[in-house]
Amino acid sequence: MSNLIKHGAVVEDNWTLVRYPAVEEAVQKQAGKVVQFKLTGTEAASPELIAQVQIPAGRAIVPLAVFRARKDELAARIAAGEIGVWLESFELVEDLVAAVGDVNTLPLIAYDFPKFVDGRGFSAAVLLRTRYGYKNELRAIGDVLRDSLYFMQRCGFDAYQIRADRSAEDALASLRDFSEPYQASVAEPQPLWRRHARA
Amino acid sequence: MYRYDNYDQRIVDERVAQYRDQTRRYLAGELSEDEFRPLRLQNGLYIQRHAPMLRVAIPYGLLASRQLRKLAEIARKYDRGYAHFSTRQNCQFNWPKLEDTPDILAELASVEMHAIQTSGNCIRNITTDQFAGVAPDEVVDPRALAEILRQWSTFHPEFAALPRKFKIAVNGAQSDRAVVRVHDIGLEFLRNDAGELVVKVWVGGGLGRTPIIGQVIHEALPWKHVITYCEAILRVYNRYGRRDNLYKARIKILVKALGIEEFKRQVEEEWAFWKDGPSTVTQAELDRVSAHFRPPAYEKLADCDPDFNDKAATNPAFAAWLKRCTHPHKVPGYRAVTLSLKKTGIAPGDATAEQMEIVANLADRYSFGELRVSHEQNLILADVKLSDLFDVWQTARAAGLATPNIGLLTDIVCCPGGDFCSLANAKSIPIAQAIQERFDNLDFLFDLGEIELNISGCMNSCGHHHVGHIGILGVDKDGSEWYQISLGGQQGNEATIGSVIGRAFAAADVPDVISKIISVFVEHREGDEKFIDVVRRIGLDPFKARVYGTPAVAPKKELANV
Ligand code: HEM
Ligand code: SF4
Repeated sequence: MSNLIKHGAVVEDNWTLVRYPAVEEAVQKQAGKVVQFKLTGTEAASPELIAQVQIPAGRAIVPLAVFRARKDELAARIAAGEIGVWLESFELVEDLVAAVGDVNTLPLIAYDFPKFVDGRGFSAAVLLRTRYGYKNELRAIGDVLRDSLYFMQRCGFDAYQIRADRSAEDALASLRDFSEPYQASVAEPQPLWRRHARA
Repeated sequence: MYRYDNYDQRIVDERVAQYRDQTRRYLAGELSEDEFRPLRLQNGLYIQRHAPMLRVAIPYGLLASRQLRKLAEIARKYDRGYAHFSTRQNCQFNWPKLEDTPDILAELASVEMHAIQTSGNCIRNITTDQFAGVAPDEVVDPRALAEILRQWSTFHPEFAALPRKFKIAVNGAQSDRAVVRVHDIGLEFLRNDAGELVVKVWVGGGLGRTPIIGQVIHEALPWKHVITYCEAILRVYNRYGRRDNLYKARIKILVKALGIEEFKRQVEEEWAFWKDGPSTVTQAELDRVSAHFRPPAYEKLADCDPDFNDKAATNPAFAAWLKRCTHPHKVPGYRAVTLSLKKTGIAPGDATAEQMEIVANLADRYSFGELRVSHEQNLILADVKLSDLFDVWQTARAAGLATPNIGLLTDIVCCPGGDFCSLANAKSIPIAQAIQERFDNLDFLFDLGEIELNISGCMNSCGHHHVGHIGILGVDKDGSEWYQISLGGQQGNEATIGSVIGRAFAAADVPDVISKIISVFVEHREGDEKFIDVVRRIGLDPFKARVYGTPAVAPKKELANV
């Protein structure tokens, strides 16, 4: 059974998510603590690693760095609408835009949440949906847990790959945690005071 | 004060349901410790040394008497009969049971209160001047915009998982009692030459491990842009703020790394896309919210009351209290009153359930049913008639709430420290008490005049020690508790970070060290000069010489500064 929520229901997933092959990374520490997040703007992968990525046939969501480096090789599949792109939490939406020009030529963009407390994806979604006018599927992947869904939805995500050990069915309820939020967002571009006459 | 409509109430009620379910899932093992932590933190629940600690939001420090009664009831029913008022104008319970916290939140919701975003890496409770709306030097009452910002920041989806906590303070008076310059964003509401309401925006201030005074990012932002401008700042921060190192994750580090010019450039570039968009605040919305903060039904009074004058002239204890604990009011015949939570022997900022009920009654009887919490951890009755002051004093005195020490050396600002806090290097409450005991002579205290003493149990600076005239910081030396002393810090319009005078002291030595510092001050003081002015004038050397013996010991490098 798929663990994908899309447009408010659990659905079959007909995309393959392509991750980098696992590599040993030295544990980085700062002030005695393990560094959990990379700085915004860090390179996602080395040229060797990018070259090693195997892209299966059919619909595939590939890493941004792979998309950029191997665009020519993928040209026919991109034109056929078979290629989606995913970003690391530390990669910039602007780099994606520079690589594709019109983001609406992509059928799917995914954003990785390495830990659910990394909120950079919220701003990325807002920018994609507003500044760059992205209209197609925007999918949250990685450490996606039900308690973030409500926020993700309001920032413009419409698909959520719930972490494998959790139930997507249970998570559905969280999309309705609050009925009338205060502030404007992608999902509701007017703030409460413009939506309703208030006492 | 602001009253909830159906929308406000529904959000708070839905939060209780959401949190109840999160707690249920955690207790049922469906949420791991790591997963539950950020969820409970966004609801003010810490797990501390002895028990969980629940932090309740008191938006911009304003409370109704029925809300204070509810806090008292919670303290009795779910805690050990007392609560702690914090430097962020919030209220903390030190002994609730995790299983009870959903019920406590439901009780709070019944009086339009909550614990939303009182902790965690999100926009926290917005703080302001405890004398908002009544201070004679007020230019604009900042509470309506503070409420508009409270609503905007509540469950803001884009800023729900920031690199680090984010604190906003607003001020609308000439003198800054909200310490806007040590906040992530400080908003100072002013009128420009044309009489229009504008906002001076400060950014990148903060205390903690790396204390930094904020910088001005906008001199005069028209007020209607306040939300879109804050959003632009937060978006730049959310995207580029450091997440790789907890100690470098606050916005102040980003601002410092980029420089204010470059940071401002990025913010303005971002803002250009949102300026004048739907989040631009309308006059109608400002008017709607402002209507909640209309002045109460003041009586027309003379600013003089013969009976009051008589009592003040004949009762020295009452006169002392008037001098220290009452404050000017913009309406003739009224005063604001500070009820001191700094009685010797009581942890600074603590109040018992009985005291809270007495204060609630005082508010109902003498101050239009409202009160405030100050960031110096005292309670305020903002609107008391001159002719009622004597009665208020007598009741407050009987309840241990009338120590006439506001602004004096024993009005100590102090964090919970090692007695409660699991991050502490050292205890702070016993140090506060030892100093209060040492300086228990009121006449001497009055003579010394205004001195702010702040204590934090560790570098996180919850007790604001960096901006205390005298700052005391708990440090850990080989596993035992030591205290580092700094001088010359200041809050307000001249906000300054204090300088460490030298090596740290053992707990038992701290009162002596403070006595020595005070004696240097007394010797050098000219007339009624204030402590902080003497420190500015003579510098640290005479203090160091007295404390460490001549020649002055070279100060140890300040701990862990970046
Ligand atoms: C007992 C539980 C508490 C814990 C675990 C705690 C934790 C922390 C931490 C980790 C910081 C540093 C954040 C940073 O520098 O990024 C901090 C700062 C602060 N806390 Fe607390 N705190 C506690 C209680 C309090 C209380 C009771 C107060 C009010 C009296 C308070 C007020 C503050 C203030 C004003 C700051 C400084 C703001 C700044 O960094 O700019 N905290 N706290
Ligand atoms: S300053 Fe340190 S010891 Fe004091 S409350 Fe904050 S974290 Fe705890």
